[in-house]
Amino acid sequence: MARIELVNVGHAYGGAANAGTETRWALRPMTMTWRDGGAYALLGPSGCGKTTLLNLISGLLTPTQGRILFDGKDITQLGPRERNIAQVFQFPVLYDTMTVFDNLAFPLRNRGWKEAAVRTRVGEVAELLDLAADLKRRARGLPPDAQQKISLGRGLVRTDVAAVLLDEPLTVIDPHLKWLLRRKLKQIHQQLKVSLIYVTHDQVEALTFAEEVVVMNHGEVLQVGTPQALYEAPEHTFVGHFIGSPGMNFLPCKLGANEARMGDVTLPMDAEWLARAAAAGTEHQLGFRPDAAEVLAAPVASTAGAAWQPARVQSFQPMGTHSLLQLGFGGGSVWVRAAAAFQPAGDYVWLRPLPGKLALFADQRLVPRSATEASIAPHASTPEAGAAP
Amino acid sequence: MKPVNQKAWLMVLPVLLCVAFSAVLPLMTVVNYSVQDILSPTQKVFVGLEWFREVMQDPDLHGALLRQLIFSACVLLLQVPLGIAVALAMPAQGWRASLTLVLLALPLLVPWNVVGTVWQIFARDDIGLMGQLLARAGFDYNYASDANDAWSTVLLMDVWHWTPLVALLCYAGLRAIPEAYYQAARIDGASKLAVFRHIQLPKLRGVLLIAVLLRLMDSFMIYTEPFVLTGGGPGNSTTFLSQYLTQKAVGQFDLGPAAAFSLVYFLIILVMCFVLFNFLKAAEAPADATKGNAP
Repeated sequence: MARIELVNVGHAYGGAANAGTETRWALRPMTMTWRDGGAYALLGPSGCGKTTLLNLISGLLTPTQGRILFDGKDITQLGPRERNIAQVFQFPVLYDTMTVFDNLAFPLRNRGWKEAAVRTRVGEVAELLDLAADLKRRARGLPPDAQQKISLGRGLVRTDVAAVLLDEPLTVIDPHLKWLLRRKLKQIHQQLKVSLIYVTHDQVEALTFAEEVVVMNHGEVLQVGTPQALYEAPEHTFVGHFIGSPGMNFLPCKLGANEARMGDVTLPMDAEWLARAAAAGTEHQLGFRPDAAEVLAAPVASTAGAAWQPARVQSFQPMGTHSLLQLGFGGGSVWVRAAAAFQPAGDYVWLRPLPGKLALFADQRLVPRSATEASIAPHASTPEAGAAP
Repeated sequence: MKPVNQKAWLMVLPVLLCVAFSAVLPLMTVVNYSVQDILSPTQKVFVGLEWFREVMQDPDLHGALLRQLIFSACVLLLQVPLGIAVALAMPAQGWRASLTLVLLALPLLVPWNVVGTVWQIFARDDIGLMGQLLARAGFDYNYASDANDAWSTVLLMDVWHWTPLVALLCYAGLRAIPEAYYQAARIDGASKLAVFRHIQLPKLRGVLLIAVLLRLMDSFMIYTEPFVLTGGGPGNSTTFLSQYLTQKAVGQFDLGPAAAFSLVYFLIILVMCFVLFNFLKAAEAPADATKGNAP
């Protein structure tokens, strides 16, 4: 077990010659610390650099720049064999000709363990993974979930594993077995207190599995946070868009002194907030979650002057527990969640985004509501980040 | 039960006809020859299994069969390991990989009789490059007069000609192994030998099965190259089965014994391939058998 630190680590395939241009980075230089014993999910679309980051940690790749520390010790140049990392791949990687026992024993035998010690250790790990009954069978004939457990077991047999890295390990598993295996993983995590880094492009998997989720896109870590933080306070439009189903609504907006204008809609906003947003970038977007707005089927007396806006109904989907509305609003299209019983009366409904849950983005990045909030946000790149009292 | 649609027969009829005329009828003709003594175009006598009996007791045939078995065994023992080694040594990508592929494919593109001619000249001790070099190095080498030299030359020629096939098949097999296997092996701390033994070799099983079958059948039917190179000599030392058969059928016009022998020859190849195929398949069978009853 170990605390893993990445210090200014960046990677470009093809070496330093390729690293010059911004777009060539498979992983842009980043600094980050992974807590010892934490359960992390690396979430992002295909090709965003998740696997590159994973392979850098496991030592399959050596970073083009930067240093990697395990518990403060620089291991940047060490190979995967010396790093004590367990890695599970997208599909089961097995030694076809071997039994389950031999598969699990393989890493130990390669390290010259005595056969008696191998037997004890493999027995323990097989017990942990519910593989004890299958030890004598050929690994190849087992169902995919057992095969993935063997892949995991080959990592876990080594004592003092620094971290377990899982690269979309449930891709080939039947849906009804997925949750079983995920629960097994959580159980192992709690039992062994080993750090887990779990790569996935499935947000449900990430949000249910991890204590902290690392969202990546285009080789860049956009946000690290609890599932709740990612949902409620996305720091980047991509995070808002990627997390949640449907994702956050974004409307391009023009900033005034006391208000934001989107198409024909004007919303009053805090002047100081608007000023900071204007200073932070040129392109601005207003964001709100589908459940961060109220919607009415018809105007009532109190709607006048209270920021209620008519919105054209583009689609209406009853979902059982709630209804989803797609509305033409503020020069764009937004998704809104309404109560299950909600029924639009005509072509228009009345919409009011909750002022307390609006988020303002400048050049894709979140502009915090207040200057103090900015100083708390761990990844704020704004200059006032260091101005904590 | 589903009703059987008899129209399907109509669909396969053209192929059946083609196969009948190209394979079944000629084979029947051979069977016909093998049980008759053809004295002249109008005179023939049914002799039953006489020709088979004669052929089975022919010492020349026994010699040819033994040589053939030894030759095929040598071919497999040399070409398969060598082909794997070449495939492992080949670059995985880039222009070097393309270049190697083209160079390797060249021997396969040369017509077989040209291969024989090339080696016939190449190995001559008076004007051939290899023969000259060997002679200058002090070897008493002459494939036309020494049986051992003839053997090694024929083998060398076949290795040159056909190892690339094995290598290309293995190369394709190696490229098909997902990168994750090598990555897992690195994490597991596996040595190069262990990677070969536990990842590459098992993953090559399929292509090796094909390579072994192809090389066994082809080497068992080898005719052109040794015929051009040594003509089966010196003496009978490099006369393999097909050449012996040709001598009998076309050289001596012993159509009956030749036909009987063809059938035996055909059966030998069939049985060998069948046994080998099942033997190699059996290695995979236990794993597949457990697949069905897995929980």
